[in-house]
Amino acid sequence: MRERELVIVGGGPAGMAAALAARAAGVEDVLLLERDQHLGGILNQCIHPGFGLHHFKTELTGPEYADRFASQVKEEQGIEVSLRSFVVKLTNDRRLTYLRPGAVEEIKAGAVILATGCRERTREMIQIPGSRPAGVYPAGLAQKMVNMEGWIPGREAVIVGSGDIGLIMARRMALEGVKVRGVIEIQKTSRGLVRNVVQCLEDYGIPLYFQHRISRIHGADRVEKVDVVRVDDEFKDIPGTGFELACDTVLVSVGLIPENELLEMAGAEIDRASNTPVAAGVNLTSVPGVFACGNACKVYDLVDWVTRDSELAGKMAAGYLGKK
Amino acid sequence: MTRAMTCIGCPRGCRLEIEADGTRVISVAGHQCPRGEKYARQEIEAPMRTLTTSVLTRGLELKMLPVRTSKPIPKEKLFETMAAVKRIVVSSPVKAGAVVATDFLGLGVDLVACRPLEKV
Repeated sequence: MRERELVIVGGGPAGMAAALAARAAGVEDVLLLERDQHLGGILNQCIHPGFGLHHFKTELTGPEYADRFASQVKEEQGIEVSLRSFVVKLTNDRRLTYLRPGAVEEIKAGAVILATGCRERTREMIQIPGSRPAGVYPAGLAQKMVNMEGWIPGREAVIVGSGDIGLIMARRMALEGVKVRGVIEIQKTSRGLVRNVVQCLEDYGIPLYFQHRISRIHGADRVEKVDVVRVDDEFKDIPGTGFELACDTVLVSVGLIPENELLEMAGAEIDRASNTPVAAGVNLTSVPGVFACGNACKVYDLVDWVTRDSELAGKMAAGYLGKK
Repeated sequence: MTRAMTCIGCPRGCRLEIEADGTRVISVAGHQCPRGEKYARQEIEAPMRTLTTSVLTRGLELKMLPVRTSKPIPKEKLFETMAAVKRIVVSSPVKAGAVVATDFLGLGVDLVACRPLEKV
């Protein structure tokens, strides 16, 4: 079994920042594993501006932010990037198994940093009743379809949840000529940034319904309409407030769940409510020599802070490996 | 006339109070950095937005290339610009920052690539 000094799982903003920081702190051999065919992670589909104001003091789009790091990573001799490499197993003594085209690799790592990001919460997790037609998508999936694949998911959309991804997708769909009927938010306020409410909804005249929920999705093969109802402070439906919105598409933007299956496999303690590692501090896990950074550690709202904290994770791993 | 608006210059989202006479700004309050005042004046005089979108590619390693306008464009031109972007197909490899279309729609802005793309 081949031994590697530091193995980083995930080549998004967290993994790239950790890799560069670990190198800067004296780690000589870094293996960066990325399952996609490019570095950059979720930034590749976040084509809107708003990234890097803190870290680079200038406003960048997601791909631009990613490219600045990817270029540095490629220049760095001590970092081996392995693309299309998917880690399937991690043990508590830091043995990793990963798949890459044509091979299964097993390695032993001196230290591991998990930078595996998040998954989206789905329709099932918020229990929207109704039929199960085509046309219901997690908002981030729709973002990938529109921005990277060139597919428009529908003609008339309703968005559930006013987090940043939902707001950004409302604007994106509107720009692509989709009629966005409204954003439905069960809370009294948006979980997204105020600037996104302004520049994504107000700019495009998209209604935002606070304290409302979708009570039913209708449609046989394809979504045909949704029922919307106003809720009280206890999230109970208020009788007589229901209305319908005709649409063929529902985008669900109801939060993110840190992706920590590998950490769980290694026997680490995980907080069931947030799916984050239970540990004494940021980037730490209960397994010695295994660190977690970026959205796998906690859900961030700005990539700039992911970079900042992930650089720290790189330094912490270097410290664990006995580097000064 | 006093108007309230939220600055979109950065994620902080300052609440701005603007005193204006039509499109002439008299005073701006509530901003925590110079971007806020600049935004408020621009927003009252002529709202501008940076457009980001993706254009189709042919023979490159990804199906779409993310692009942006090199500078903000008038807000009312966004949809016209989108329609024009849809007619573009990029078939040569690009570097991040490469100009995909110059002086787009005569707006005095370029359309630039947001990432590098190689041939397949």
